[in-house]
Amino acid sequence: MAHANETTSPPSAGPAAPSGPVRKKTLRQSDRRGVFGDKLFSGLAMAAGIAILVLLAFVALFLSSSSGRALYSEDEGLIVGQFLQYAMPLVGGTIIASIIALGLAAPVAIGVALFISHFAPPRASRSIGYVIDLLAAIPSVVYGAWGMSFLAPAMVPVYRWLHENLGWFPLFAGNPSGTGRTILTAGIVLAVMILPIITSVSREIFIQTPKLHEEAALALGATRWEMIKMAVFPFARAGIISGIMLGLGRALGETMAVALVLSGGALTASLISTGNQTIPAEIALNFPEAGPGSERQAQLIAIGLVLFIITLVVNMIARWIVSRNKEFSGAN
Amino acid sequence: MSKRINAIDLNVYYGDFLAVEGVNIDIEPRSVTAFIGPSGCGKTTFLRTLNRMHEVLPGARVEGQLLLDDDNIYDTAVDPVTVRSMVGMVFQRPNPFPTMSIRDNVLAGYKLNGTRLSRSQSDQVVEEALKGANLWNEVKDRLDKPGSGLSGGQQQRLCIARTIAVKPDVILMDEPCSALDPISTLAIEDLINELKDTYTVVIVTHNMQQAARVSEKTAFFNIAGTGKPGKLIEYDETTKIFSNPSKKDTENYVSGRFG
Repeated sequence: MAHANETTSPPSAGPAAPSGPVRKKTLRQSDRRGVFGDKLFSGLAMAAGIAILVLLAFVALFLSSSSGRALYSEDEGLIVGQFLQYAMPLVGGTIIASIIALGLAAPVAIGVALFISHFAPPRASRSIGYVIDLLAAIPSVVYGAWGMSFLAPAMVPVYRWLHENLGWFPLFAGNPSGTGRTILTAGIVLAVMILPIITSVSREIFIQTPKLHEEAALALGATRWEMIKMAVFPFARAGIISGIMLGLGRALGETMAVALVLSGGALTASLISTGNQTIPAEIALNFPEAGPGSERQAQLIAIGLVLFIITLVVNMIARWIVSRNKEFSGAN
Repeated sequence: MSKRINAIDLNVYYGDFLAVEGVNIDIEPRSVTAFIGPSGCGKTTFLRTLNRMHEVLPGARVEGQLLLDDDNIYDTAVDPVTVRSMVGMVFQRPNPFPTMSIRDNVLAGYKLNGTRLSRSQSDQVVEEALKGANLWNEVKDRLDKPGSGLSGGQQQRLCIARTIAVKPDVILMDEPCSALDPISTLAIEDLINELKDTYTVVIVTHNMQQAARVSEKTAFFNIAGTGKPGKLIEYDETTKIFSNPSKKDTENYVSGRFG
Protein backbone atom coordinates (compact mmCIF):
# COMPACT_ATOMS: atom_id res chain seq x y z
CA MET A 1 0.00 0.00 0.00
CA ALA A 2 2.61 2.52 1.07
CA HIS A 3 4.69 1.65 -1.94
CA ALA A 4 1.78 2.23 -4.33
CA ASN A 5 1.08 5.56 -2.68
CA GLU A 6 4.64 6.76 -3.09
CA THR A 7 4.67 6.20 -6.80
CA THR A 8 1.17 7.19 -7.81
CA SER A 9 -0.07 9.94 -5.52
CA PRO A 10 0.40 13.57 -6.49
CA PRO A 11 3.01 15.59 -4.53
CA SER A 12 0.33 17.39 -2.54
CA ALA A 13 -0.96 14.12 -1.09
CA GLY A 14 0.77 14.42 2.25
CA PRO A 15 3.81 15.43 4.27
CA ALA A 16 5.66 12.33 3.04
CA ALA A 17 5.99 13.77 -0.45
CA PRO A 18 9.24 15.77 -0.63
CA SER A 19 9.35 19.10 -2.42
CA GLY A 20 12.61 18.31 -4.24
CA PRO A 21 13.18 15.57 -6.77
CA VAL A 22 11.08 12.56 -5.84
CA ARG A 23 13.25 9.62 -4.84
CA LYS A 24 11.69 6.31 -5.65
CA LYS A 25 11.94 3.75 -2.93
CA THR A 26 12.45 0.15 -3.76
CA LEU A 27 12.61 -2.86 -1.50
CA ARG A 28 16.30 -3.52 -2.18
CA GLN A 29 17.37 -0.01 -1.37
CA SER A 30 17.92 0.40 2.33
CA ASP A 31 18.19 3.60 4.28
CA ARG A 32 21.94 3.67 5.03
CA ARG A 33 21.56 6.23 7.79
CA GLY A 34 19.47 3.90 9.94
CA VAL A 35 21.80 0.96 9.40
CA PHE A 36 24.85 2.96 10.42
CA GLY A 37 23.15 4.26 13.57
CA ASP A 38 22.11 0.76 14.58
CA LYS A 39 25.62 -0.60 14.08
CA LEU A 40 27.21 2.27 15.97
CA PHE A 41 24.87 1.91 18.89
CA SER A 42 25.11 -1.87 19.14
CA GLY A 43 28.91 -1.54 18.97
CA LEU A 44 28.94 1.02 21.79
CA ALA A 45 26.64 -1.06 23.94
CA MET A 46 28.71 -4.18 23.38
CA ALA A 47 31.94 -2.33 24.15
CA ALA A 48 30.47 -1.09 27.43
CA GLY A 49 29.36 -4.59 28.34
CA ILE A 50 32.75 -6.09 27.56
CA ALA A 51 34.56 -3.31 29.44
CA ILE A 52 32.70 -4.22 32.64
CA LEU A 53 33.67 -7.87 32.31
CA VAL A 54 37.31 -7.03 31.56
CA LEU A 55 37.46 -4.67 34.52
CA LEU A 56 36.02 -7.29 36.84
CA ALA A 57 38.44 -9.88 35.50
CA PHE A 58 41.39 -7.57 36.12
CA VAL A 59 40.28 -6.86 39.67
CA ALA A 60 39.96 -10.59 40.35
CA LEU A 61 43.32 -11.24 38.67
CA PHE A 62 45.09 -8.51 40.65
CA LEU A 63 43.63 -9.68 43.95
CA SER A 64 44.50 -13.33 43.32
CA SER A 65 48.02 -12.75 42.04
CA SER A 66 49.04 -10.32 44.77
CA SER A 67 47.61 -12.44 47.56
CA GLY A 68 49.70 -15.50 46.73
CA ARG A 69 52.26 -14.84 49.46
CA ALA A 70 49.58 -14.91 52.11
CA LEU A 71 48.85 -18.54 51.33
CA TYR A 72 52.30 -19.84 50.52
CA SER A 73 55.66 -18.98 52.05
CA GLU A 74 59.00 -20.33 50.93
CA ASP A 75 60.04 -21.42 54.43
CA GLU A 76 56.82 -23.03 55.61
CA GLY A 77 55.09 -24.13 52.40
CA LEU A 78 51.33 -23.84 52.32
CA ILE A 79 50.05 -21.63 55.14
CA VAL A 80 46.36 -21.70 54.31
CA GLY A 81 45.45 -22.65 57.87
CA GLN A 82 47.35 -19.72 59.28
CA PHE A 83 45.67 -17.36 56.84
CA LEU A 84 42.21 -18.70 57.61
CA GLN A 85 42.87 -18.21 61.30
CA TYR A 86 43.52 -14.58 60.54
CA ALA A 87 40.70 -14.10 58.02
CA MET A 88 37.78 -15.92 59.65
CA PRO A 89 37.30 -13.52 62.60
CA LEU A 90 37.33 -10.62 60.14
CA VAL A 91 34.76 -12.35 57.93
CA GLY A 92 32.66 -12.91 61.04
CA GLY A 93 32.93 -9.25 62.10
CA THR A 94 32.05 -8.03 58.60
CA ILE A 95 29.01 -10.28 58.45
CA ILE A 96 27.84 -9.32 61.95
CA ALA A 97 28.07 -5.60 61.14
CA SER A 98 26.22 -6.11 57.85
CA ILE A 99 23.48 -8.19 59.43
CA ILE A 100 22.91 -5.52 62.09
CA ALA A 101 22.84 -2.81 59.43
CA LEU A 102 20.42 -4.72 57.20
CA GLY A 103 18.21 -5.81 60.06
CA LEU A 104 17.79 -2.23 61.19
CA ALA A 105 17.72 -0.50 57.83
CA ALA A 106 15.60 -2.81 55.64
CA PRO A 107 12.32 -2.66 57.62
CA VAL A 108 12.65 1.09 58.16
CA ALA A 109 13.53 1.70 54.52
CA ILE A 110 10.60 -0.37 53.25
CA GLY A 111 8.29 1.42 55.68
CA VAL A 112 9.52 4.84 54.57
CA ALA A 113 9.23 3.85 50.90
CA LEU A 114 5.67 2.64 51.43
CA PHE A 115 4.79 5.82 53.26
CA ILE A 116 6.14 7.91 50.41
CA SER A 117 4.49 5.85 47.68
CA HIS A 118 1.12 4.97 49.20
CA PHE A 119 0.32 6.92 52.34
CA ALA A 120 1.77 10.41 52.36
CA PRO A 121 0.00 13.27 50.59
CA PRO A 122 1.79 13.98 47.27
CA ARG A 123 3.46 17.18 48.39
CA ALA A 124 4.84 15.71 51.62
CA SER A 125 6.05 12.59 49.85
CA ARG A 126 8.14 14.61 47.42
CA SER A 127 9.98 16.48 50.18
CA ILE A 128 10.49 13.34 52.25
CA GLY A 129 11.92 11.60 49.20
CA TYR A 130 14.26 14.53 48.68
CA VAL A 131 15.50 14.44 52.26
CA ILE A 132 16.11 10.69 52.05
CA ASP A 133 18.14 11.16 48.86
CA LEU A 134 20.17 13.84 50.63
CA LEU A 135 21.17 11.26 53.24
CA ALA A 136 22.92 9.36 50.46
CA ALA A 137 24.94 12.43 49.55
CA ILE A 138 26.63 12.73 52.95
CA PRO A 139 30.26 11.50 52.74
CA SER A 140 30.98 8.39 54.77
CA VAL A 141 33.71 10.11 56.76
CA VAL A 142 31.06 12.48 58.13
CA TYR A 143 28.96 9.51 59.20
CA GLY A 144 32.06 8.06 60.84
CA ALA A 145 32.80 11.26 62.73
CA TRP A 146 29.20 11.50 63.86
CA GLY A 147 29.17 7.88 64.96
CA MET A 148 32.43 8.24 66.87
CA SER A 149 31.86 11.53 68.62
CA PHE A 150 28.10 11.60 69.10
CA LEU A 151 26.38 8.22 68.70
CA ALA A 152 28.99 6.11 70.53
CA PRO A 153 28.92 8.12 73.81
CA ALA A 154 25.14 8.26 73.63
CA MET A 155 24.99 4.47 73.38
CA VAL A 156 27.06 3.84 76.52
CA PRO A 157 24.13 3.94 78.99
CA VAL A 158 22.04 1.84 76.60
CA TYR A 159 24.74 -0.85 76.53
CA ARG A 160 25.02 -0.77 80.30
CA TRP A 161 21.27 -1.23 80.60
CA LEU A 162 21.29 -4.08 78.05
CA HIS A 163 24.09 -5.75 79.96
CA GLU A 164 22.30 -5.48 83.30
CA ASN A 165 18.90 -6.65 82.07
CA LEU A 166 19.64 -8.95 79.16
CA GLY A 167 23.14 -10.05 80.10
CA TRP A 168 22.11 -13.74 80.04
CA PHE A 169 21.67 -13.43 76.26
CA PRO A 170 25.01 -14.12 74.48
CA LEU A 171 24.68 -11.05 72.26
CA PHE A 172 24.56 -8.79 75.31
CA ALA A 173 27.00 -10.68 77.51
CA GLY A 174 30.47 -9.41 78.34
CA ASN A 175 31.64 -6.09 79.68
CA PRO A 176 29.84 -3.15 78.14
CA SER A 177 32.23 -0.84 76.35
CA GLY A 178 33.10 2.37 78.15
CA THR A 179 33.42 4.34 74.92
CA GLY A 180 30.43 2.83 73.13
CA ARG A 181 32.55 2.19 70.04
CA THR A 182 31.31 -1.35 69.49
CA ILE A 183 30.19 -3.41 66.52
CA LEU A 184 26.55 -2.54 67.34
CA THR A 185 27.29 1.19 67.10
CA ALA A 186 29.10 0.58 63.81
CA GLY A 187 26.11 -1.44 62.60
CA ILE A 188 23.73 1.39 63.48
CA VAL A 189 25.88 3.91 61.59
CA LEU A 190 25.96 1.54 58.61
CA ALA A 191 22.17 1.19 58.83
CA VAL A 192 21.73 4.94 58.52
CA MET A 193 24.13 4.95 55.57
CA ILE A 194 22.35 2.23 53.59
CA LEU A 195 18.85 3.48 54.42
CA PRO A 196 18.62 5.88 51.43
CA ILE A 197 19.62 3.36 48.78
CA ILE A 198 17.13 0.72 49.96
CA THR A 199 14.45 3.38 50.33
CA SER A 200 14.82 4.86 46.88
CA VAL A 201 14.99 1.51 45.09
CA SER A 202 11.91 0.26 46.97
CA ARG A 203 10.03 3.49 46.42
CA GLU A 204 10.64 3.38 42.69
CA ILE A 205 9.33 -0.14 42.46
CA PHE A 206 6.33 0.50 44.76
CA ILE A 207 5.27 3.42 42.58
CA GLN A 208 5.36 1.18 39.51
CA THR A 209 2.83 -1.30 40.91
CA PRO A 210 0.14 -1.53 38.23
CA LYS A 211 -2.98 0.46 39.24
CA LEU A 212 -4.92 -2.45 37.80
CA HIS A 213 -3.71 -4.86 40.47
CA GLU A 214 -4.15 -2.36 43.28
CA GLU A 215 -7.73 -1.75 42.17
CA ALA A 216 -8.35 -5.49 41.85
CA ALA A 217 -7.50 -5.89 45.52
CA LEU A 218 -9.46 -2.82 46.62
CA ALA A 219 -12.52 -3.87 44.64
CA LEU A 220 -12.52 -7.20 46.51
CA GLY A 221 -12.84 -5.26 49.76
CA ALA A 222 -9.21 -4.96 50.78
CA THR A 223 -8.11 -2.30 53.22
CA ARG A 224 -5.12 -0.27 52.19
CA TRP A 225 -2.69 -2.49 54.10
CA GLU A 226 -4.29 -5.65 52.68
CA MET A 227 -4.03 -4.16 49.21
CA ILE A 228 -0.33 -3.54 49.80
CA LYS A 229 0.18 -7.14 50.94
CA MET A 230 -1.84 -8.53 48.03
CA ALA A 231 -0.75 -6.34 45.13
CA VAL A 232 2.25 -4.18 46.00
CA PHE A 233 4.60 -6.54 47.86
CA PRO A 234 4.33 -9.48 45.46
CA PHE A 235 4.98 -7.13 42.55
CA ALA A 236 7.87 -5.40 44.30
CA ARG A 237 9.54 -8.48 45.78
CA ALA A 238 12.39 -8.68 43.29
CA GLY A 239 12.94 -4.93 43.48
CA ILE A 240 13.06 -4.92 47.27
CA ILE A 241 15.62 -7.71 47.20
CA SER A 242 17.79 -5.81 44.72
CA GLY A 243 17.56 -2.72 46.90
CA ILE A 244 18.59 -4.70 49.96
CA MET A 245 21.47 -6.24 48.01
CA LEU A 246 22.70 -2.82 46.95
CA GLY A 247 22.52 -1.75 50.58
CA LEU A 248 24.31 -4.89 51.69
CA GLY A 249 27.03 -4.25 49.13
CA ARG A 250 27.62 -0.86 50.64
CA ALA A 251 27.54 -2.19 54.20
CA LEU A 252 30.02 -4.96 53.39
CA GLY A 253 32.44 -2.59 51.73
CA GLU A 254 32.08 0.47 53.93
CA THR A 255 35.49 1.42 55.24
CA MET A 256 35.79 4.91 56.59
CA ALA A 257 32.78 4.97 58.88
CA VAL A 258 33.62 1.62 60.44
CA ALA A 259 37.31 2.49 60.79
CA LEU A 260 36.37 5.62 62.73
CA VAL A 261 33.54 4.22 64.83
CA LEU A 262 34.69 0.75 65.75
CA SER A 263 37.49 0.20 68.19
CA GLY A 264 38.28 -3.25 66.89
CA GLY A 265 39.51 -6.42 68.49
CA ALA A 266 39.09 -10.17 68.46
CA LEU A 267 35.90 -11.79 67.23
CA THR A 268 33.26 -11.96 69.96
CA ALA A 269 29.56 -12.70 70.00
CA SER A 270 28.93 -9.77 72.30
CA LEU A 271 27.63 -6.73 70.48
CA ILE A 272 28.12 -4.35 73.39
CA SER A 273 31.75 -4.86 74.32
CA THR A 274 34.88 -3.87 72.47
CA GLY A 275 35.86 -6.36 69.80
CA ASN A 276 35.27 -7.50 66.27
CA GLN A 277 36.69 -5.92 63.16
CA THR A 278 35.48 -5.73 59.58
CA ILE A 279 37.55 -6.55 56.52
CA PRO A 280 37.53 -3.10 54.87
CA ALA A 281 38.41 -1.32 58.11
CA GLU A 282 41.17 -3.83 58.82
CA ILE A 283 42.68 -3.22 55.39
CA ALA A 284 42.43 0.56 55.65
CA LEU A 285 43.96 0.71 59.11
CA ASN A 286 46.88 -1.61 58.39
CA PHE A 287 47.72 -1.08 54.75
CA PRO A 288 49.87 2.06 55.23
CA GLU A 289 52.21 0.17 57.58
CA ALA A 290 52.51 -2.95 55.47
CA GLY A 291 55.64 -2.76 53.34
CA PRO A 292 55.23 -3.08 49.60
CA GLY A 293 55.55 -6.70 48.54
CA SER A 294 55.65 -7.94 52.12
CA GLU A 295 53.73 -10.93 53.37
CA ARG A 296 51.56 -8.62 55.48
CA GLN A 297 50.48 -6.70 52.39
CA ALA A 298 49.69 -9.93 50.58
CA GLN A 299 47.63 -10.98 53.57
CA LEU A 300 45.61 -7.76 53.48
CA ILE A 301 45.00 -8.09 49.75
CA ALA A 302 43.96 -11.69 50.31
CA ILE A 303 41.25 -10.70 52.78
CA GLY A 304 40.16 -8.17 50.16
CA LEU A 305 39.75 -11.11 47.80
CA VAL A 306 37.73 -12.90 50.46
CA LEU A 307 35.43 -9.85 50.71
CA PHE A 308 35.12 -9.84 46.93
CA ILE A 309 34.05 -13.47 47.00
CA ILE A 310 31.55 -12.87 49.83
CA THR A 311 29.92 -10.06 47.84
CA LEU A 312 29.80 -12.28 44.76
CA VAL A 313 28.20 -15.16 46.65
CA VAL A 314 25.67 -12.87 48.31
CA ASN A 315 24.68 -11.46 44.94
CA MET A 316 24.32 -14.91 43.45
CA ILE A 317 22.07 -15.97 46.31
CA ALA A 318 19.98 -12.85 45.75
CA ARG A 319 19.67 -13.64 42.04
CA TRP A 320 18.60 -17.14 42.89
CA ILE A 321 15.94 -15.90 45.31
CA VAL A 322 14.61 -13.49 42.70
CA SER A 323 14.54 -16.08 39.93
CA ARG A 324 12.78 -18.69 42.04
CA ASN A 325 9.08 -18.86 41.13
CA LYS A 326 9.76 -16.96 37.96
CA GLU A 327 6.45 -18.26 36.63
CA PHE A 328 4.64 -16.28 39.29
CA SER A 329 6.70 -13.12 39.01
CA GLY A 330 4.15 -11.26 36.94
CA ALA A 331 6.76 -10.51 34.32
CA ASN A 332 4.58 -12.09 31.65
CA MET B 1 -28.16 -11.93 47.59
CA SER B 2 -29.19 -9.58 44.83
CA LYS B 3 -29.91 -5.98 45.76
CA ARG B 4 -31.64 -2.97 44.27
CA ILE B 5 -29.59 0.14 43.52
CA ASN B 6 -31.20 3.53 43.86
CA ALA B 7 -29.38 6.80 43.21
CA ILE B 8 -31.07 9.98 44.37
CA ASP B 9 -29.79 13.36 43.08
CA LEU B 10 -26.24 12.07 42.94
CA ASN B 11 -23.45 14.53 42.13
CA VAL B 12 -19.87 13.29 41.79
CA TYR B 13 -16.96 15.67 42.32
CA TYR B 14 -13.22 15.40 41.81
CA GLY B 15 -12.04 18.21 44.05
CA ASP B 16 -14.01 21.23 42.83
CA PHE B 17 -14.76 19.70 39.46
CA LEU B 18 -18.30 18.42 39.07
CA ALA B 19 -17.85 15.26 36.99
CA VAL B 20 -21.36 13.83 37.03
CA GLU B 21 -24.47 15.81 37.90
CA GLY B 22 -27.91 14.95 39.23
CA VAL B 23 -28.22 11.25 38.53
CA ASN B 24 -31.49 9.61 39.52
CA ILE B 25 -31.67 5.95 38.64
CA ASP B 26 -33.41 2.88 39.98
CA ILE B 27 -31.78 -0.43 39.08
CA GLU B 28 -33.79 -3.62 39.62
CA PRO B 29 -32.28 -6.60 41.39
CA ARG B 30 -31.55 -9.63 39.15
CA SER B 31 -31.26 -7.62 35.98
CA VAL B 32 -28.61 -6.44 33.58
CA THR B 33 -28.35 -2.68 33.12
CA ALA B 34 -26.05 -1.17 30.51
CA PHE B 35 -24.50 2.30 30.68
CA ILE B 36 -23.72 3.73 27.26
CA GLY B 37 -22.47 7.11 26.09
CA PRO B 38 -19.50 8.84 24.48
CA SER B 39 -16.04 8.86 26.09
CA GLY B 40 -15.73 11.18 29.07
CA CYS B 41 -19.49 11.33 29.70
CA GLY B 42 -19.15 10.05 33.25
CA LYS B 43 -20.55 6.56 32.88
CA THR B 44 -17.42 4.89 34.28
CA THR B 45 -17.17 7.52 37.02
CA PHE B 46 -20.78 6.87 37.98
CA LEU B 47 -20.21 3.10 37.90
CA ARG B 48 -17.27 3.51 40.25
CA THR B 49 -19.38 5.49 42.71
CA LEU B 50 -21.59 2.40 43.04
CA ASN B 51 -18.87 0.63 45.04
CA ARG B 52 -17.00 3.76 46.17
CA MET B 53 -14.01 2.84 43.98
CA HIS B 54 -13.81 6.43 42.70
CA GLU B 55 -12.55 7.38 46.17
CA VAL B 56 -9.20 5.83 45.23
CA LEU B 57 -8.45 9.19 43.60
CA PRO B 58 -7.74 11.89 46.18
CA GLY B 59 -10.38 14.60 46.40
CA ALA B 60 -13.20 12.49 45.01
CA ARG B 61 -16.53 12.95 46.80
CA VAL B 62 -20.22 12.52 46.31
CA GLU B 63 -23.37 14.49 47.12
CA GLY B 64 -26.79 12.89 47.32
CA GLN B 65 -27.77 9.38 48.22
CA LEU B 66 -26.97 5.98 46.85
CA LEU B 67 -29.14 3.28 48.30
CA LEU B 68 -28.31 -0.40 48.22
CA ASP B 69 -31.76 -1.78 49.04
CA ASP B 70 -32.45 0.63 51.91
CA ASP B 71 -28.96 1.50 53.08
CA ASN B 72 -27.17 4.62 51.91
CA ILE B 73 -23.62 3.48 51.07
CA TYR B 74 -22.40 7.05 51.59
CA ASP B 75 -23.65 7.16 55.17
CA THR B 76 -20.82 8.33 57.44
CA ALA B 77 -21.00 5.10 59.44
CA VAL B 78 -20.38 2.98 56.33
CA ASP B 79 -16.88 1.68 55.62
CA PRO B 80 -16.03 1.68 51.90
CA VAL B 81 -14.22 -1.62 52.42
CA THR B 82 -17.52 -3.24 53.43
CA VAL B 83 -19.29 -1.73 50.43
CA ARG B 84 -16.69 -3.15 48.08
CA SER B 85 -16.96 -6.61 49.55
CA MET B 86 -20.70 -6.52 48.76
CA VAL B 87 -20.44 -4.85 45.35
CA GLY B 88 -17.93 -6.69 43.17
CA MET B 89 -16.21 -5.19 40.19
CA VAL B 90 -14.73 -6.47 36.92
CA PHE B 91 -12.35 -4.14 35.14
CA GLN B 92 -11.66 -3.10 31.58
CA ARG B 93 -8.45 -5.08 31.36
CA PRO B 94 -8.22 -8.51 32.97
CA ASN B 95 -6.29 -8.16 36.23
CA PRO B 96 -5.72 -11.48 37.96
CA PHE B 97 -3.03 -11.26 40.62
CA PRO B 98 0.10 -12.32 38.72
CA THR B 99 1.86 -13.84 41.70
CA MET B 100 -1.07 -16.07 42.64
CA SER B 101 -2.19 -19.37 41.18
CA ILE B 102 -5.59 -19.68 39.53
CA ARG B 103 -6.92 -21.26 42.69
CA ASP B 104 -5.53 -18.53 44.96
CA ASN B 105 -6.94 -15.86 42.68
CA VAL B 106 -10.43 -17.29 43.12
CA LEU B 107 -9.93 -17.49 46.88
CA ALA B 108 -8.44 -13.99 47.18
CA GLY B 109 -11.68 -12.50 48.50
CA TYR B 110 -11.94 -15.13 51.23
CA LYS B 111 -8.36 -14.52 52.24
CA LEU B 112 -9.29 -10.85 52.69
CA ASN B 113 -12.43 -11.23 54.74
CA GLY B 114 -10.62 -13.63 57.04
CA THR B 115 -12.91 -16.63 56.53
CA ARG B 116 -11.09 -19.83 57.39
CA LEU B 117 -11.97 -22.48 54.87
CA SER B 118 -11.12 -26.14 55.16
CA ARG B 119 -9.42 -27.73 52.17
CA SER B 120 -12.66 -29.33 50.97
CA GLN B 121 -14.66 -26.13 51.49
CA SER B 122 -12.18 -24.08 49.50
CA ASP B 123 -12.09 -26.76 46.78
CA GLN B 124 -15.84 -26.41 46.56
CA VAL B 125 -15.72 -22.59 46.44
CA VAL B 126 -13.12 -22.71 43.67
CA GLU B 127 -15.08 -25.23 41.63
CA GLU B 128 -18.39 -23.39 42.03
CA ALA B 129 -16.92 -19.99 41.18
CA LEU B 130 -15.02 -21.29 38.16
CA LYS B 131 -18.09 -23.19 36.94
CA GLY B 132 -20.13 -20.04 37.47
CA ALA B 133 -17.65 -18.19 35.27
CA ASN B 134 -17.67 -20.96 32.60
CA LEU B 135 -13.96 -21.52 33.12
CA TRP B 136 -13.87 -24.75 35.10
CA ASN B 137 -13.41 -27.16 32.19
CA GLU B 138 -10.55 -25.15 30.77
CA VAL B 139 -8.50 -24.81 33.95
CA LYS B 140 -9.48 -27.70 36.25
CA ASP B 141 -6.21 -29.52 35.51
CA ARG B 142 -3.96 -26.54 36.20
CA LEU B 143 -5.41 -24.78 39.21
CA ASP B 144 -1.94 -24.34 40.69
CA LYS B 145 -0.54 -22.60 37.62
CA PRO B 146 -0.34 -18.80 37.60
CA GLY B 147 -3.45 -16.93 36.49
CA SER B 148 -1.38 -14.71 34.24
CA GLY B 149 -0.63 -17.69 31.98
CA LEU B 150 -4.21 -17.82 30.70
CA SER B 151 -5.47 -16.12 27.55
CA GLY B 152 -7.04 -12.67 27.84
CA GLY B 153 -10.59 -14.00 27.70
CA GLN B 154 -9.84 -16.72 30.24
CA GLN B 155 -8.19 -14.16 32.52
CA GLN B 156 -11.29 -11.99 32.37
CA ARG B 157 -13.48 -14.97 33.27
CA LEU B 158 -11.04 -15.74 36.10
CA CYS B 159 -11.62 -12.20 37.35
CA ILE B 160 -15.37 -12.79 37.19
CA ALA B 161 -14.89 -16.04 39.10
CA ARG B 162 -12.87 -14.15 41.71
CA THR B 163 -15.70 -11.62 41.99
CA ILE B 164 -18.55 -14.13 42.29
CA ALA B 165 -16.62 -16.42 44.66
CA VAL B 166 -17.42 -14.10 47.57
CA LYS B 167 -21.10 -13.99 46.57
CA PRO B 168 -21.57 -10.24 46.20
CA ASP B 169 -24.97 -8.54 45.90
CA VAL B 170 -24.07 -6.55 42.82
CA ILE B 171 -21.51 -7.04 40.03
CA LEU B 172 -20.19 -3.96 38.24
CA MET B 173 -18.43 -4.40 34.91
CA ASP B 174 -16.39 -1.62 33.36
CA GLU B 175 -16.14 -2.40 29.64
CA PRO B 176 -15.25 -6.01 30.43
CA CYS B 177 -14.86 -7.04 26.78
CA SER B 178 -12.99 -4.09 25.33
CA ALA B 179 -9.64 -5.91 25.47
CA LEU B 180 -10.99 -9.23 24.20
CA ASP B 181 -11.47 -10.94 20.84
CA PRO B 182 -15.00 -11.61 19.51
CA ILE B 183 -15.12 -15.24 20.68
CA SER B 184 -14.05 -14.38 24.22
CA THR B 185 -16.53 -11.50 24.13
CA LEU B 186 -19.29 -13.92 23.26
CA ALA B 187 -18.27 -16.17 26.16
CA ILE B 188 -18.45 -13.22 28.58
CA GLU B 189 -21.82 -12.10 27.20
CA ASP B 190 -23.27 -15.60 27.67
CA LEU B 191 -21.93 -15.52 31.17
CA ILE B 192 -23.58 -12.15 31.90
CA ASN B 193 -26.87 -13.67 30.82
CA GLU B 194 -26.46 -16.42 33.40
CA LEU B 195 -25.23 -14.07 36.13
CA LYS B 196 -28.40 -12.00 36.06
CA ASP B 197 -30.37 -14.91 37.52
CA THR B 198 -28.47 -14.42 40.77
CA TYR B 199 -26.97 -10.95 40.75
CA THR B 200 -27.68 -7.35 39.90
CA VAL B 201 -25.35 -6.68 37.00
CA VAL B 202 -24.36 -3.22 35.80
CA ILE B 203 -22.16 -2.99 32.73
CA VAL B 204 -20.48 -0.04 31.06
CA THR B 205 -19.92 -0.61 27.36
CA HIS B 206 -18.85 1.30 24.28
CA ASN B 207 -20.33 -1.36 22.09
CA MET B 208 -23.99 -0.63 21.45
CA GLN B 209 -24.68 -4.04 19.96
CA GLN B 210 -23.36 -5.50 23.18
CA ALA B 211 -25.67 -3.29 25.24
CA ALA B 212 -28.57 -4.39 23.05
CA ARG B 213 -27.61 -8.07 23.36
CA VAL B 214 -27.06 -8.35 27.11
CA SER B 215 -29.10 -5.73 28.92
CA GLU B 216 -32.74 -5.35 29.88
CA LYS B 217 -32.44 -1.67 30.63
CA THR B 218 -30.07 0.91 29.24
CA ALA B 219 -28.95 4.26 30.61
CA PHE B 220 -27.57 6.83 28.18
CA PHE B 221 -25.10 9.35 29.58
CA ASN B 222 -23.93 12.44 27.73
CA ILE B 223 -21.83 15.52 28.21
CA ALA B 224 -22.57 18.99 26.90
CA GLY B 225 -18.92 19.84 26.24
CA THR B 226 -15.41 19.60 27.64
CA GLY B 227 -15.32 20.66 31.29
CA LYS B 228 -19.08 20.30 31.67
CA PRO B 229 -20.52 17.64 33.97
CA GLY B 230 -21.81 14.36 32.56
CA LYS B 231 -25.53 13.74 32.91
CA LEU B 232 -27.91 10.83 32.73
CA ILE B 233 -29.98 11.68 29.65
CA GLU B 234 -32.31 8.75 29.37
CA TYR B 235 -32.93 5.49 31.21
CA ASP B 236 -35.42 3.00 29.85
CA GLU B 237 -36.00 -0.50 28.51
CA THR B 238 -33.14 -1.41 26.19
CA THR B 239 -35.50 -2.14 23.28
CA LYS B 240 -37.04 1.30 23.66
CA ILE B 241 -33.68 3.08 23.87
CA PHE B 242 -32.50 1.48 20.66
CA SER B 243 -35.73 1.61 18.67
CA ASN B 244 -37.72 4.55 19.90
CA PRO B 245 -35.85 6.77 22.37
CA SER B 246 -37.73 9.75 23.75
CA LYS B 247 -34.76 12.16 23.67
CA LYS B 248 -33.16 13.54 20.53
CA ASP B 249 -29.62 13.15 21.97
CA THR B 250 -30.17 9.46 22.59
CA GLU B 251 -31.50 8.91 19.10
CA ASN B 252 -28.50 10.68 17.57
CA TYR B 253 -26.11 8.56 19.59
CA VAL B 254 -27.66 5.14 19.06
CA SER B 255 -28.14 5.77 15.36
CA GLY B 256 -24.52 6.86 14.95
CA ARG B 257 -25.32 10.48 14.10
CA PHE B 258 -23.44 11.74 17.05
CA GLY B 259 -22.38 15.36 17.53
